[in-house]
Amino acid sequence: MNRIMVSKNGPVIAGLVFGVIAAFLVKLGNPGNMGFCVACFTRDIAGALGLHRAAVVQYLRPEIPGFILGSFISALIFSEYKPRGGSSPMVRLGLGFFAMIGALVFLGCPWRAYLRLAGGDLNSLAGIAGLAVGVGVGVAFLYKGFSLGAARQNPKAAGLVMPLLAVAILALLFLKPLFGTEGTGPVFFSLKGPGSMHAPILASLAAGLAVGWLAQRSRFCTVGAIRDLIMVKDAHLFKGIAAFIVAAFAANLALGQFHPGFENQPVAHTMQLWNFLGMVLSGLAFTLAGGCPGRMLIMSGEGDSDAGVFVMGMLLGAAFAHNFSLASSGTGIGAYGAPATLVGLVFCLVVGWLFRNRI
Amino acid sequence: METKIVDARGYSCPQPVLMTKKALEGLSSGRAEVLVDTVTSRENVMRYGEHAGWSASFEENDGGYNVILTK
Repeated sequence: MNRIMVSKNGPVIAGLVFGVIAAFLVKLGNPGNMGFCVACFTRDIAGALGLHRAAVVQYLRPEIPGFILGSFISALIFSEYKPRGGSSPMVRLGLGFFAMIGALVFLGCPWRAYLRLAGGDLNSLAGIAGLAVGVGVGVAFLYKGFSLGAARQNPKAAGLVMPLLAVAILALLFLKPLFGTEGTGPVFFSLKGPGSMHAPILASLAAGLAVGWLAQRSRFCTVGAIRDLIMVKDAHLFKGIAAFIVAAFAANLALGQFHPGFENQPVAHTMQLWNFLGMVLSGLAFTLAGGCPGRMLIMSGEGDSDAGVFVMGMLLGAAFAHNFSLASSGTGIGAYGAPATLVGLVFCLVVGWLFRNRI
Repeated sequence: METKIVDARGYSCPQPVLMTKKALEGLSSGRAEVLVDTVTSRENVMRYGEHAGWSASFEENDGGYNVILTK
């Protein structure tokens, strides 16, 4: 099994498994075309922790801690747990922040962009086109010598923070503590809206652990896939994405979850310019940081503190996105979603420019 | 035969591959050694090397890896 996952077919097999699992998670209760969405799920976790108070998107999604712990266990077993960090952490925090803003303007991370396509949501095409453009701009910076600098090896215990945080999130999910000053919280769970829709906890957790494990072994990355194809004409990871979309599409068809069209798609809007630009921002931020949000969770499980800081940036971005009316909803972009996207693009372009020629 | 050394330790994907690409550019034959510190980087550099027509192998070195590319 392990030999197959680390072979050249690893990403394809991972993609096939992930696509099927994603469709089944929707069948089991997750919101439409949201079997997995690292951005949406991180946003739901931010809400559940009271970091934002958008009542419809609050839930401690077990898939996210599952990703981290699946990767952590896999990395430990296969001697790939290597704590490291120190490559411009604050810049990575900013990239995570704006990657999240872009994703919440589009309404999905790259994983969900592909899953939306596999469910028939044609608005995703503008997002995927934007993602490819964002990655392309990132590759142009990489060609110019963009680098956030080398990381250093950290003491063994330094890599435990993210796995422990994952355990803490799961503990809060099971314990549901209620001692907030207003008689609610400090952990919030949506009673309606997308946050109230979820697969059974153990199914979500098992799915997250399996994906974390397989992604750690296969290096599955939804952004690296496009990057490597453009940069070094290497389709190794891209085949994984193709398999992911095909498998999710087939499973959606079989489960009666394929509904082609632009209108009335679940957790999606039809403002194509912002679907496009939101993902340009995300694609660029992810490329400068070195991988998609799923990959960041996986790397944080391997002990990569820089990836962990990026994830914290995403959590922070999610909180700001809802508190400052930057996030989109089914009716369209948020009141300040457009300027926030442009600010994010300027931030990423300045980072791309300032950090060039370092290697 | 002169060996070109690329020290990509501390860098994560895709940097080690780009550094290797830059080092191999313009070389029609020879030997290069790329120093990396994760299995992912090792795999990526070896895959890139083979893709570019070099034969790739590796040695373990002090917790990291030396990827050896020859053509």
